[in-house]
Amino acid sequence: MAIRERLSGNEAVSVAIRQINPDVMPAFPITPSTEIPQYVSSYVADGLIDTEFVPVESEHSAMSAAVGACAAGARTVTATSSAGLALMWEVLHIASSDRLPIALALVNRALSGPININADHSDGMGARDCGWIQLYAEDNQEAYDNMVMAYRIAEHPDVLLPVMVCQDGFITSHAVQNIYLLENEAVKSFVGEYKPENYLLNAERPMAVGPYAVTNYYMEARRAMAEAMKNSAGVIQAVAKEYEGISGRSYGYFEEYMTKDADHVIVIMGSATGAAKDACDKLRAEGKKVGVLKIRVFRPFPAKELAEALKNVKTIAAMDRAESFSGNSGPMAAELKAALFDAKQYPDIVSMVYGLGGRDITVEDMESIYADLEAGNFESKGLPYRYINVRE
Amino acid sequence: MKTDINKLGLDVKWQDMTTGTSVVHSGSSAQFNTGDWRVDTPHFLEDQCKQCLLCVPVCPDSSIPVVDGKRVDFDYDHCKGCGICAKVCPFGAIEMRKGAK
Repeated sequence: MAIRERLSGNEAVSVAIRQINPDVMPAFPITPSTEIPQYVSSYVADGLIDTEFVPVESEHSAMSAAVGACAAGARTVTATSSAGLALMWEVLHIASSDRLPIALALVNRALSGPININADHSDGMGARDCGWIQLYAEDNQEAYDNMVMAYRIAEHPDVLLPVMVCQDGFITSHAVQNIYLLENEAVKSFVGEYKPENYLLNAERPMAVGPYAVTNYYMEARRAMAEAMKNSAGVIQAVAKEYEGISGRSYGYFEEYMTKDADHVIVIMGSATGAAKDACDKLRAEGKKVGVLKIRVFRPFPAKELAEALKNVKTIAAMDRAESFSGNSGPMAAELKAALFDAKQYPDIVSMVYGLGGRDITVEDMESIYADLEAGNFESKGLPYRYINVRE
Repeated sequence: MKTDINKLGLDVKWQDMTTGTSVVHSGSSAQFNTGDWRVDTPHFLEDQCKQCLLCVPVCPDSSIPVVDGKRVDFDYDHCKGCGICAKVCPFGAIEMRKGAK
């Protein structure tokens, strides 16, 4: 039986962590993810879980402690945002290259500067090449569901990679929404016990983690990691399928919203998807062939599947809530263009950067983007890609 | 999880790498020639040696084997040529020479 609740995104993820009852959570507070360690530490204080909560002195230490805990054999979770993720950067690579299945609840927030605490994806996009699986949530429900699925993906023997479970700061993390939770027992049996094959605290089989690798080994190690990331794609699908069985909610690499016969599609990630769907509904009612494709799995990037889903589309707005300063496009747009080019599909794609530092994007904005797609207006001012809602 | 270290070597394929380059064995350095980047080499002058064994515990790489209470010649597969043994020897029984051999 599902439990009907109303929770913020932070609390939803925290409830998932409570239901999973991980062994160790090292964390350092940072807006807007602070509530996650706060909730979890209160669950520990109330005796609801027996997680070892480690209050550390920085995010670099949080991820370092997570690496140590996970290598020791503990199921490990942490949470952070923005500059916190940036401070973890060095250790994010250690976690993935040591093949440690850590889960990180990332509440997406702008990176400095100028210093800003609001939602955008510049933290997650900045960490996209760290060897972590990245799942992006549109709303509280998806954030909760992704968290429950995270360890099943990360700990799979063909994967053994850490996972970032991403949701948008404030918009998702702090807004209270209706949500369906699974029963504690259902989560417990779905996630299962963590039984690492080898771990540092196993006195029977001593082990070295993270040894130096000279030039002769480094490329082979990275290639093996790339294989694990490739393998994660199938595991993500299989876990989602099994999760659908217990939750009734279906998840893929991305969600196709009225794209089947669409000529004009907005490709987007995260909370702004709702505004695009509303605009899509309105225009569909007027007979316009428009759609929305929401990317849930950014790492691994589902290139072939995206190309297949977009094969009949005429124009695409590829919308990034991050500026990667490539001078050419937003980061997701670049990967989407590459995916379609490899598939020998050449629709008109306009890269759009929106919502930086929490800048609003409305249903009307989305309607106007659809109107431009339909009219073939791909004009941008002074850059090869377009800034939405910037004053100029 | 891949843990077989027997395939590790300079011509290892990526498929045969251990997961996360971890080493799930103890004492595994015996299987690897880690002395191949030695620049200087200690030479054991046996007739000068009084078998005081001062050199044995100071070797950072356990490269001075002891057999029946007596040190024998160096384990050059693992000696890095640091020269600590030569410094500590009171009898001039270890001579450092230039080169890997």
